[in-house]
Amino acid sequence: MGEQKSLTIKGNMATALGAKLCRPNVVPAYPITPSTLFPEKMSEFIADGELDASMINVESEHSAMSACIGASATGARVVTASASQGVALMHEMLFIASGMRLPIVMAVGNRALSAPINIWCDHQDTIASRDSGWLQFYAENNQEGLDLMINAFRIAEDDRVLLPVMVGIDAFVLTHTIEGVDVPAQEDVDNFLPTYDPKQGTLNPKEPATFGSFAPPEFYQEFKQAQTQAIEDSRSVIDEVFDDYAERFGRQYNKVSTFECDDADIILLTMGSMSGTAREAVRKMRKDGKKVGLAKLTVFRPFPMPELKDILGDAKGVAVIERNISPGFGGAVFAELGATFVNEKDRPIMKNFITGLGGRDIFIENFEEMYQKTKDAVEASKVEEPVEWINMNEEVTR
Amino acid sequence: MTENEDLELFSPGHRACAGCGEGTAVRQILKIAGPNTVATICTGCLEVVSTGYPETAWEIPLIHAAFENSASVASGVEVALKELGKKEGVNVLAFGGDGGTFDIGFQALSGMMERGHDVTYVCLDNEAYMNTGIQRCSSTPYGASTTTSPSGKYSIGESRQKKPIAAICAAHGIPYTATASISHINDLKKKVKKAIEVDGPAFLHVFAPCPTGWRHGSDDTIEIARLAVETGVFVLWEAIDGDICDLNVTVKPKKRKPVEEYLKRQRRFGHLKEDEIAKIQAEVDKKCDKYGLPERG
Repeated sequence: MGEQKSLTIKGNMATALGAKLCRPNVVPAYPITPSTLFPEKMSEFIADGELDASMINVESEHSAMSACIGASATGARVVTASASQGVALMHEMLFIASGMRLPIVMAVGNRALSAPINIWCDHQDTIASRDSGWLQFYAENNQEGLDLMINAFRIAEDDRVLLPVMVGIDAFVLTHTIEGVDVPAQEDVDNFLPTYDPKQGTLNPKEPATFGSFAPPEFYQEFKQAQTQAIEDSRSVIDEVFDDYAERFGRQYNKVSTFECDDADIILLTMGSMSGTAREAVRKMRKDGKKVGLAKLTVFRPFPMPELKDILGDAKGVAVIERNISPGFGGAVFAELGATFVNEKDRPIMKNFITGLGGRDIFIENFEEMYQKTKDAVEASKVEEPVEWINMNEEVTR
Repeated sequence: MTENEDLELFSPGHRACAGCGEGTAVRQILKIAGPNTVATICTGCLEVVSTGYPETAWEIPLIHAAFENSASVASGVEVALKELGKKEGVNVLAFGGDGGTFDIGFQALSGMMERGHDVTYVCLDNEAYMNTGIQRCSSTPYGASTTTSPSGKYSIGESRQKKPIAAICAAHGIPYTATASISHINDLKKKVKKAIEVDGPAFLHVFAPCPTGWRHGSDDTIEIARLAVETGVFVLWEAIDGDICDLNVTVKPKKRKPVEEYLKRQRRFGHLKEDEIAKIQAEVDKKCDKYGLPERG
C-alpha cells in the first residue's frame, strides 16, 4: 500500500482528484457554478500530461450527458460534473443513461434551482432527478467527496449493477471550501478499481448491436423491471465495495452513518454538509443530558429502507431535516421515510423540517429547535404540523 | 461502385412506409460507409421503423439516445473511439431527420461541427415532422400545407421560406458540406465518400421525399426528388472548407423545368393558386441565378 497524501483542497478539487485517480478516458463537461473547478482541473490534468484522457468541451449540459452516453456506450470510462440548472437541462438524458445501463459517474455541486436564481446550496437539483434511475450519494465533507467518487466507479461498473452514479457535494459549503483530504496512492486505486471491461457489449463494428431500441408495450415494462432489479442488487454491492474500501484505505462508509443513536429517543436525520453541524449540535445536547442522536444518509438511491428501519425503529421521534421541497407535499426524504415505516406497527413520530434552501445557513440552535419540536410532538403523541420551515428570515416573512 | 455494393447494412424488413425516401438514402449511404461504421440516430421515423425491439434493421453498431442530440452522442462516440485507440478505419455517421437537424438538434449539431469531430452528419430532409403526423418545421418550404401550417381561407400553408441549413453548416468552416438527393444516387454516393474521407466534420443535406406527408404516390418518390433538382427547387452542390462563395454545383440541369411541374405532383401544394406558384417560381429563379443554374426552359 502506498502512503496517502494529505492535501488541503476545495471540494471540487477533491472530486476532480477522485475522478482522476479512476483514470477516466473521456470527460464531456460544461461549466456551471459551483462545479466549474471540476472541468477546469480535469482540463489541467490532461494539459499537463497527468491524465491520459480527452475533454469534450460541449456547448450545453444536455450535450454533456449525450456525449457521456455516446462515449460510455463505446466502452470508455466517463466522468462529468454539473449542478442545478445544468442537471435540470440534462434531465432527459439522465433517464437514457440509466435506461441504457451505462456506468457514468457525475459529481454534482448541489445547488438551488431557479426561480429566483440562486447559486448556493440545497439539494433540489439532484432530488428532482430522484426517479432518473441513477444511484445517488451525498458527501458530508471533501474527504467523502473524493472517496465517494472512487467508490462510485467501482459500484457503477460492477456487472451486477451497471448503472450511473451521481455524487453530491454541497455548493460552496464544500465545493469552494478548503479542507484537509487524504488522497490515496494511484497504485492502490488501480488495485481497487480494475480497468473498465464492459462485458455487456459496446458500439463495436466487429460485433454490431443496436443501443437505445424502440420498445413497444410488450417489452418496455420488462426493461424497466430489469433496471429496477439492478438498483435493488446494488444494495449489497454498495456494502461490499464500501467495506473493501475501508479495509484498503481505512475509511468506512455506510449507506446510513450513525452518531449517538443507540439509546437516543430523538434522532436527527440529515444529508450532506449539514451533518457536521448536526453532529456538533448532538454533542452539545448530549452534554445537557438530552437523549439525541444523528443518522446521516450517504446513499439516497437506492433508498436504504432496511438500514433506516433498523437505526430509527426504536427511537421515539425522528426529525427529518431536508434541503429540498416538493411543493404541495414536503421533503423527499420525509415521504420515503414515512413509506419505509408504513407497514410497521411500532414506529417513531416523524417530523419534517425544511431548511437551508438556497444557501441559508443551518446553525446549532436550529438543530436544537428541531429536536425540541420533535420531542414536543413525541410527548404530545401527535404531530400538529408535519412539515415546518426552519430559520426563516423574519424581516422578510413578516 | 464500391466493394460494399452488395452488402445490405440497412436490412430489408424495416417498417418504413412504401416509397419512403429515407430508407433509400440510408441503404445507399451505408453501402459507401461500409461495415466499419458506427452510427447514431435521433428519435423520429428512422428510429421507429428500424429499431423496434427485439429486431433491428442495422447491421452496423447503432445508438439512438434522444431527438435533439444525434450530433453530441456522435461526439462522444468519436472521442471514445480515439481515446481507446479504435478510431483508425472506423467511420462515425450521425443521422438526423430535418426536425432533429434544423430545429431541436441544431445546437448540438453546431457544437459538434465547431469542435471539429471527425463525424459525418447526414440530415435526411423530408420537410416536416413526419413521425408525429406532418407538422411544420423550419425545413418546410413556403406554401406547403402541414397539420400545423394548414392551408385555409386565411392561410396559404407554410408562410416562411425554408431555412438554408447546408449553407449555415458550411459557414462553420467545416471541411466538407454537400447537398444531395436520392434521385441522383451516384452524386450522393460520391459525396458520402468525400464526406467520410475528410478529417473532421462533414455535413450532408439529403433530400428525401415522404409520400405520406407530401401526399404523392409511393411509386413517385424518386421522380419527385428528381423534379426538385430539375426545377432548381433543390440545388445539388458541395463546398470545401466552408467556402460557400466558391461552391461547386455538381448537377446542373440543361434546362430548368418550371416549378409547377414539381408542385402539382404533391397534394401538400394542391391548394396553391397561380399567383402563389408564380411567387414560388420567382424565389426559385432568384436562387438559381445565385447558383449559376441555367434559365428556365
